[in-house]
Parts: sequence; C-alpha cells; structure tokens
Amino acid sequence: MYRFKFLVTGFLFLGFHLVFAQKEAYRLELPGTTQALEMVFIKGGNFQIGSPSSEKGHQRDESPQSNIEVASFWMASTETTWNLYQHFVDRDIDGESLQKKDQDLVDLDIDAISGATTPYVDMSFGMGTDDYPAIGMTQKAAVQFCKWLSALTGNFYRLPTEAEWEYACRAGSQTAYSHSDDASDLELYAWFEENSNGKYHKVGQKKPNAWGLYDMHGNIAEWTLDQYEIEAYKKLAKVKWNKPLKTYPKSVRGGSWIDSAEKLRSAARRGSDPQWKMRDPQIPKSEWWHTDAPFVGFRIVRPYQTPSKKEQELYWTTK
Amino acid sequence: MKKSTLQNDRRTFIKQTTLATTGILSASVPVKSFANVLDNKKLKLALVGCGGRGSGAAVQALTADDQVELVAMADVFQDRLDSSLKAIIDHFDGRKKIKVKDKNKFVGFDAYKKAIDEADVVILTTPPGFRPYHFEYAINNDKHVFMEKPVATDPVGIRKVLDMARIAKEKRLNVVVGLQRHYQKKYTTLYNRVAQGAIGKITSGQVYWNDGGVWVKPREADQSELEYQMRNWYYFNWICGDHILEQHIHNIDVANWFIGAYPTSAQGMGGRQTRTGKEYGEIFDHHYVQFNYADGAVISSQCRHQKGCDSRVDEVFQGTSGSVELGSGLLKDLDGQELYKYPYKWGQEANPYQVEHDELFKSIRNNGVISDAENGAKSTLTAIMGRMATYSGKTISWDEALNSDHHLMPAQVDWNTTPPSLPDENGHYAIPTPGVTKF
Repeated sequence: MYRFKFLVTGFLFLGFHLVFAQKEAYRLELPGTTQALEMVFIKGGNFQIGSPSSEKGHQRDESPQSNIEVASFWMASTETTWNLYQHFVDRDIDGESLQKKDQDLVDLDIDAISGATTPYVDMSFGMGTDDYPAIGMTQKAAVQFCKWLSALTGNFYRLPTEAEWEYACRAGSQTAYSHSDDASDLELYAWFEENSNGKYHKVGQKKPNAWGLYDMHGNIAEWTLDQYEIEAYKKLAKVKWNKPLKTYPKSVRGGSWIDSAEKLRSAARRGSDPQWKMRDPQIPKSEWWHTDAPFVGFRIVRPYQTPSKKEQELYWTTK
Repeated sequence: MKKSTLQNDRRTFIKQTTLATTGILSASVPVKSFANVLDNKKLKLALVGCGGRGSGAAVQALTADDQVELVAMADVFQDRLDSSLKAIIDHFDGRKKIKVKDKNKFVGFDAYKKAIDEADVVILTTPPGFRPYHFEYAINNDKHVFMEKPVATDPVGIRKVLDMARIAKEKRLNVVVGLQRHYQKKYTTLYNRVAQGAIGKITSGQVYWNDGGVWVKPREADQSELEYQMRNWYYFNWICGDHILEQHIHNIDVANWFIGAYPTSAQGMGGRQTRTGKEYGEIFDHHYVQFNYADGAVISSQCRHQKGCDSRVDEVFQGTSGSVELGSGLLKDLDGQELYKYPYKWGQEANPYQVEHDELFKSIRNNGVISDAENGAKSTLTAIMGRMATYSGKTISWDEALNSDHHLMPAQVDWNTTPPSLPDENGHYAIPTPGVTKF
C-alpha cells in the first residue's frame, strides 16, 4: 500500500484557515456510527490516460492517449457500501456532525443539503446490504452524498474526476488491467461476468491493486464527475475535468459484475443512459435513483489541496 | 405504433367488429362502448389521480398508441394536477402534443366524474380507498380502464369492484389492473413452465416484500386533518389499506396466480415495533400471514417496513417435483439441481409498466376484452383478509372476508368529511391491537 509516514513539510493557506494534512492513509469514521472508510493517499503525478489501438478490446473513446497531470488526493480503498449510503438516504445521523474547528476546511449547513427520496422498491434487488456496495443511485445523488459527508465531517469529499479515477486504477501500470495485460488473472482481482454468479459481492474481497485500492476493476462500475464524451481526452489536457452540462451521458468506469473482462479494462469507459430509469413507474422519474442500473455505484476522493469555497460548489453541483 | 400498421389494424378491426356485431347485439351489449372507437380516430384519455404513478401511467398510455390524446385530468389538489401535467409535457419534450384545456382540469373530490365524462379510456390512480367508486362510475359510463392496485381497502369496496368487473365484461370493456408482474416476461415465462408441470403441483411457498418503508409528508401548519391524511395517505387505512395491501399485494397475487386459486383462510401476526412515530399514522410495520388453500397448499407471506433489516421482494414456491424462485428466475428439481434459469438481461427486457398499456390499447383497437378486475379484486381481498388476520389475531375465512360489512371508506367524501381515524391530543393515532381489534 502506498503510504507516506511523514508529515507534510509545508502548509496550505486557505482563506483564513491554516491547515496541516498528513500525506498518509487515514481512517474516515462516520460520526455516530461504527462505519468507516480507509482513505488511501494517492501521490499526484503524470500518466497516460486512454489505451493504444493495439490493446485488445480498445474502443475509439479511449483515444487519443494523452499525458495528464493529476494532483495528490486520497481515495477510499473500497466502493461506498449500503451501510454508509443508507445514512445519507435516511439522514439519521445529521445531528452527529462534528464540531467545527478553526482549521476545518468545509463549513456547510447540513440541513440545507437536499437528500435522496426513499425508493419505492428494494434498490439492493435482494443482492445484500451489509458490506455490499450501494448501487442504483444517480450521479447527482452520489455527488450529494459527498457534499453531505463533507458537511458531516468538515473535510472536502467529492467524486473522482475521470482522470483521477483512471490514474488510481492504473496504479502506475500501462497494461490493460492494473496487474497485467492478461485477463486470465482477472478473477483474482475482480468480480465480473465470469465469476460473479449474477450478483455483486461484498467490497474488498479480491486482491487490491498496487496502491491498495479494491474492486477498481469490476464488482460495480463507478461514477465519475465527468460528462461522457467520445473525444473527451482532447479536452483533458487543458481542463482537469469535463464538467457536465447535461444529465446524460456521464462517465462511469471500471466495469461491473455483469460485464465481460474487456469492459473492466483500466481504459474502458461507459456513458450513463436514460434507459437506466426505464422501469421507474413514476413521472417525473426519480432524480435520485436508477431503477435499471444495479451495476453502478461510486467511491469517494478527497483532494490533498482543498479547493476554495467557490470551487467546492462547482464539484457539488451537477446536472 | 407506426401509422401504416395502425391503419391495417383499423381495417381489420372494423371488419371484425362488423362480423361480431350481430352476436353482440343479441347479448344486449350497449354499442356505445365501442362506438367511441369507431367514431373517432383518436382515443380520449382522462387521468384521475395525478400523483407520480398516475403521471407515469398517463405517459405509458400516451406512448402505447399514437392516436391517444390526454383530454382531462382530475385530482383533489390543484398543485398535484399542475405538476403532473408539467411532468407529462416535460417527459415528451415536444415529441407529442399535450394540451389539456383549462376547463378540463378538474379539482375536488367529485372531479373524477367530470374527467371520466370527457374520455374513452380512463386511468384510475388515486389512493386505493376511492378506487371502487371511481371504477363504478367509469364502467357505468362505458369507459375502458387502467387502474392501479390495490383496487379497494375494505370488503364493501371489493364487492363493488367484483360487481363492476362482471358488468365491464358484459359490456366488453377492457380493464387492466396494475399488477404488472402479469405483463412481465420473466413472470409469464416461469408461470407457463410451472403451469405445464415443471415443478409438479405447488404445495407451499413464501412471498416477501421486506424493505425500509416509503415516503413521509410532514404535517404543515395550515392543513386540515383531512388534507394531511390525503397528502400522507400511505399511513391511513381507509385510503391506503396498510402496506400488506399497497405493496405486498404484488407478491400475494403471484401466489394466487401460480397456485391457480384464492386461499380459503388466513391467520397471522403483525405489529408496529420500530416505525412508531405519529408521522406514520396507524399502519403496522410488519405482517406475517399464513394463507391456506383448499388443496392443502400453504403460503407464508411476510412484509416489513423496518430499516436496517434484510431486504427482499420475491416469490418462491415448492412443488411436488421441484421449486421456483421468481426473483432469480430459477427452477430447481427436488435435489436442488437447476432445471431452468430465465435468461434475464438487465436493460434488455420490455418494461412491464409499458406493456400493460400496449396490451390495453391493442385490445381496445382490436375489439378484444381484457378483464383484470376480478383477479385484481380477489387478490386485493386476499391481502385484506391477511390484514384482518394480523389486526385481529384470529383466523379469517375467505367467505367471512368477502361477506364482511367491514367498511373503512365513508359513504361520501368531501372537504367537510371527518376522517375515520383521528389523532389523540398528542397527535398519535389508535393502532390495531391483536386480540382486541375486531378486524
């Protein structure tokens, strides 16, 4: 696992707050619960996003490969579980939000954060909830979860950008999968069509990647912040992320329990689709739930350098 | 539907109708019920009950057949009607012209009559307590109907729906009930296999709707008690019937369907243990019922609205030579070996909520008759029988339930009506007590 056992030598000046943050993994405990996430420190750097046309399974939307710089951040070692997500749906621990201290980076009124509606159907579809990944939330809902978690903890959490996601998934590799080019080893690292038995699995059961991140390939596909565009990589050299201007499609990464091996590749991309709400019997269809996407969930990140208050809002608003 | 296909259908339809007319006339069926179709190319649609589900059903009806036009809407609340119309317009985003005249937007408890008068086909999607009365009016006025489940909250309402179901059939009116599993390919495929003997004769089963519960609408300062209950209808029995009806009917109905009969008696237990706040009205948070069938088959039915527990919405049946699990689509033999697995592909199956309306409008165009109301009423009664058993702690027979004078709905409801359940000085409602409560 990628750990830095020393204190940061400098400090960041943010508004009126002086902040020292450690460049090492930490445990994010959810106030008022026994739930926690292991946050892995991902040291920033450069990498090649996308895949070469010679890669087996390569798609046009993975080109052109571009050199991207990514700043340091922490990423949850696992996908967000139902145990955590349910507290956002129920809003039953809002009163536990941590006492704000001077050095806190985020100061939000938790009551002002909109919450997901209670779904009419069982959104786990009988596949299990304890330690299983939360699924079927819209990207907007996942973004709001991050805002709520920030209000609860005083630290800035958000979804990863598409570039951050692929950087973390690759963990320094340039191969099709983070461990190799060979799909035959994939079952050691991932739940997918071949071994999932038609359902998702508890998070963190397979081997992690070189940076200590579990289930980046498979189990459930993961929301990113970005709009999905076939030619997105032409833009990413200039901007850090492709901020959505419309609801569909948004970029989902990593492949899932229903996908074939090729769709789990580090470079593989997918766009969300209105069909993911096909069987929502209500009009207007829910802004919070995808009745027909039991393969999509998310994991959270926290940038090492907390953005300004104004920029925070940019990450927390989505179409 | 493509235009050319529709024209072909219409030619065939007119031919069939002409052929059929002699027979129909002798059966003293009013010609009016299908005159609507002959006279107008368009089918006029009315929406009664403008919630999220009603708006969804309207969109599906308007999608099923491009000659359908939404002409009237009814709700007790102006804001619900307005937001529903906006959501329907937004859904089509200009792809279909939606224009409901202001004079055809009806608000109030009697609004349903005025909206139904304007239409050939009506969607009945108010809270279920009102359904028997709305269905009665629609059938008496020769309308084709899509109505949501459950179709009543008490036996008096059930008997009305059964009477009207018979009349609808005589009048050759189409009635589709929103028990959408009957229109879902996974279910019909597995049903056909079971009906052909894949697992022998069903002797037992388990049906589930266990999850964390549904929405709550907080009480607002200026609301009357009746408005509060109408807005928060899920938690009041006269309009909702408890979640054993409102949701679990889907699974209980599948048991009746697969067994091919309705139970002769029910006994069970239930209560309110974790969802006890006054904002949850008077309904239980769990029910467990044993339904007994004449041939000896027994169905265990459980429904739970408790957060943090296992979730499961499913139906499982054991037969003399195997078993079937509807959720996973699996048929197994007595050794647990797979006999068949339904090849389900997420996102590639027809949407059963849409299929309901496709079938309804196809049948109307083809002079067919879909008659879902009798089963809808009997499966609703099965759930009511279960509720009577859990509330009373007594065994309830089918005949006792069917013939009961148990009546939750007031004879007439307007804004002066006092709701049948009222809160005490602390805002709490009386909760049924097994051993004390009669039904």
